[in-house]
Amino acid sequence: MTSIVEDALRVTMLKARLAMTAADSGDLDIAYRVIDSPVGPLLLAATESGLVRIAFACEGHDAVLEALGRRISPRILNAPERLDPAAEQLDAYFAGRRRSFDLPVDFSLSTEFRRRVQEQLPHIAYGRTATYKELAGLVGNPAAVRAVGTACATNPLPVVVPCHRVLRTDGGLGGYLGGLEAKTALLTLEGALDEEGRRA
Amino acid sequence: MKRTPPREPLPPFEHVVEQHGVAVLRLCRALVGSHDADDVWQETFLAALRAYAVMEPPANFEAWLVRIARNKAVDHLRAAGRRPVPVAILEYDDGELPGAQGSGAEEDVWDEVARLPEKQRKVIAYRYLGGLSYAQIAEVLGGSAAAARRASADGMANLRKSELTAGRTTA
Repeated sequence: MTSIVEDALRVTMLKARLAMTAADSGDLDIAYRVIDSPVGPLLLAATESGLVRIAFACEGHDAVLEALGRRISPRILNAPERLDPAAEQLDAYFAGRRRSFDLPVDFSLSTEFRRRVQEQLPHIAYGRTATYKELAGLVGNPAAVRAVGTACATNPLPVVVPCHRVLRTDGGLGGYLGGLEAKTALLTLEGALDEEGRRA
Repeated sequence: MKRTPPREPLPPFEHVVEQHGVAVLRLCRALVGSHDADDVWQETFLAALRAYAVMEPPANFEAWLVRIARNKAVDHLRAAGRRPVPVAILEYDDGELPGAQGSGAEEDVWDEVARLPEKQRKVIAYRYLGGLSYAQIAEVLGGSAAAARRASADGMANLRKSELTAGRTTA
């Protein structure tokens, strides 16, 4: 006799097998999983080309998945395997054992200019910060401070692509998709802020 | 990879599996027996996933999946060179069948369902395992919703009769 609980468990198992088969046959466009972190649960999503989205809980993981469905493909399954390397590197980062990420990334959610800005972000070293203005200079468009701010605010891969290292010229934190608390926590972890939250 | 967004937004496929996975599994058991149900379930959802990137959203996701599952079950039984009869190993009770409540009676009830004429057995499987409406059953099996309702009622009457013969009550 099978109860509804047993059937639900069986379906969970069948779904895991489906995700593996579909990933192997190229029928799974986006795999995702949710990991725990000191800045709350993080949704990790990857296409076949690489990590495409990291989302904080405050963004609403369901809404983020639906948006991915509209913008890339609805062939989305919870398939932890493809995200194993990302999950491991993020764990090591939050434990203070890793200072940069070595992961394939997929910037297909970003427009060309934003992508150019986002690709510069990993050049800001761990524990260091830059201003929006400096970043605008780096992408060869010193006047585009606002556009650079938007590019940071729409970074599809927060934490891994370190937009949290960009501050306002007056030293203010600026905004952050995951909330200022998360930005402060990341900068403190990296030693870029002292205990009182001032730039170290 | 397909990067063109669908014309109408489809929910992430994960939601489709979450919502309909259990019903499709029960349906697969009813159609091919519990031994082969897992394989037919896999084939059903893999086919659904393949179609998913390019299709229009179906009016009814469950009826769409039932149609795929039914085709996969038929393929499966054909490949195995058998006629679709193996409901005898059905072991599910969702408490909706009269006489199915109470421990011990469930397997007997499904043994009796397995002995029903094919049409009645299928309608009851779709209705009570697949959770389909009579209109959806008619869409899958052909015929009218009224005919599906009649087959279901006849099947239920037969089940009650065999329970009475077996000396049990439906209370």
